[in-house]
Amino acid sequence: MTDVVRVEDLRRTFRTGAIEVQAVRGVSFAVTEGAMVAIMGPSGSGKTTLMNMLGCLDRPTGGHYFLGGEDVARKGDDALARIRNRRIGFIFQSYNLLPALNALENVELPLVYRGLAAGERHLLAAQALSEVGLGRLTSFRPYELSGGQQQRVAIARALAGTPDLLLADEPTGNLDSASGEEVLDLFLELHRGGRTLIIVTHDEQVALHCERIIRLRDGEVLLDQPVDARQRRTKGDLGSRAVAP
Amino acid sequence: MSLGEGLRMAWRALAANRMRAGLTMLGIIIGVAAVIALITAGQAATSSVTSSVQALGSNLISVTPVRSAGVILYPEDARWLLEVVPQIRADAPLVEASVTASYETVSWSTTLIGTTPAALAIEGRKLAAGRFLDAQDLRLDRSVAVLGQTVAQNLFPGRNPLGQTVSVNGTEFTVVGVLQSVGGAFGANADNVIIVPISAAEWVAGTTELTGIEAEARSAAIAPLAVAQITAVLNHRFATTNAAAVISQDQILSTLSTVTATLTLMLGGIAGISLLVGGIGIMNIMLVTVSERTREIGLRKAMGASRRAILSQFLIESALLSLAGGAIGVVVGIALSLLLTHLLGAGGVSLSAVLLALGFSLLVGIVFGIWPAANASRLDPVQALYHS
Repeated sequence: MTDVVRVEDLRRTFRTGAIEVQAVRGVSFAVTEGAMVAIMGPSGSGKTTLMNMLGCLDRPTGGHYFLGGEDVARKGDDALARIRNRRIGFIFQSYNLLPALNALENVELPLVYRGLAAGERHLLAAQALSEVGLGRLTSFRPYELSGGQQQRVAIARALAGTPDLLLADEPTGNLDSASGEEVLDLFLELHRGGRTLIIVTHDEQVALHCERIIRLRDGEVLLDQPVDARQRRTKGDLGSRAVAP
Repeated sequence: MSLGEGLRMAWRALAANRMRAGLTMLGIIIGVAAVIALITAGQAATSSVTSSVQALGSNLISVTPVRSAGVILYPEDARWLLEVVPQIRADAPLVEASVTASYETVSWSTTLIGTTPAALAIEGRKLAAGRFLDAQDLRLDRSVAVLGQTVAQNLFPGRNPLGQTVSVNGTEFTVVGVLQSVGGAFGANADNVIIVPISAAEWVAGTTELTGIEAEARSAAIAPLAVAQITAVLNHRFATTNAAAVISQDQILSTLSTVTATLTLMLGGIAGISLLVGGIGIMNIMLVTVSERTREIGLRKAMGASRRAILSQFLIESALLSLAGGAIGVVVGIALSLLLTHLLGAGGVSLSAVLLALGFSLLVGIVFGIWPAANASRLDPVQALYHS
């Protein structure tokens, strides 16, 4: 299996005047194609900073980041924009759908920046929406959809461009447990379909759906181990409690 | 991202905030409408001034002695000038004085002009009633007067002035004729006059010095030569280099054209300033828009929008705002121009003004949109995305 993601001694230091904060201090791991990995850690552990770098939204101040074998750690703004557009699918905690656009148009967004013609965009976006089970809600605006449906639109948007890597940041954080289960079921389905997924979360129950958990603390990898098959959730099952505080 | 895609995006963003878009456009609408309407007004002024000057007679040359150079002309000098300058076919001496004319209990401030019968043809004036001065009036020293329209209407409202007696600074004149109106320009009212035989004017004014001589060139083509010849003979006679200001109709016309063209330009410029202010309004609202939509910009960047794509998105938005305002402004401006044309009886919509205003409004949208759009494009994706 080839590595979709490989980071070596990845570092990110923030400087504000004289104050220097090392948010990520030498993280190394690899994620193979088709893997489903959780990155966990309490707030302040550096997981958001790490995710921003994995998503090419931010550049590391040290180390290497190989995305599909290519070191993208020192790329310029335009090159990174291109990588985000073609190789990464983002899923955010708060969905980040544009309220003025309907579901189909929201899903088309990355394809617009890819320069695809309208016809092709509609087709790919409609396919992605069917894939997440919203094939019939293409003309609905975000405010006409439930939270779970909105997050599925966001997942469709991440899928539409067939990226190498799906990157989800607390994807169930804003959802009730039933909707959260639906979203996790969808992730498991995508995983079975061969997609590579990294889920950043602080929720143990969400992480237990993955094959492997990378635990961060104070900007370093604390533990990186596979999930015990007996503990592993293979179907959306978050128990009876709500997912997010 | 294609231009069509950009336009669609910009249209949606503007449509989502109609009130704000409308108010922002108002600045441009007023600016563009003002440019078009004021240029029309300027052109109307130009054409009315031009036509009223042309109405004064086509080959008119006016000779004004320069008193400070010691040059004083008398009535007989008009006859002399006609003899020594072959390029002129007729001339008339003028004695002018500010007077108060009265009839019964009504008094009216006006200008008394003493002249000869030739003046009527030289100035291209026409009679509304009665007759003009004739040779007999001069020879017999008759106290007769021809009234301009303004004087006739004010001294004899609703009555026939012919045969009545008006008192001009205490001297009585019998009204023999009334002139047709010619209108006036720049406050000089050619209708507010009383024309009397030159000999009679001398009693009223108390002097025989001429204010000037009006001459008529034999043709328009020969007028410049006539001007040169008159200047030359007067300079020679008074042994000076500037005996008189000799100005032909053409020169007056071109001077006035320059003045009114400047006026038009000035009016357009003032209106242009309001367009500029409208542009600042656009910049202001685009800055607000960019800061309000920081998260959207972050999301678009996360989805792979390049700096260039973000820059053009906001630039297209401001240009569209400004151009839409410009288009509405053109409609309003044309309506105002037609109204002005109707009221002033001259003018018409200037196509060049319309194109200029529209082009300028687009330029304003782009120029004032650059800074906000550049701000948007420079946003850091992470900070923009997690902006609250």
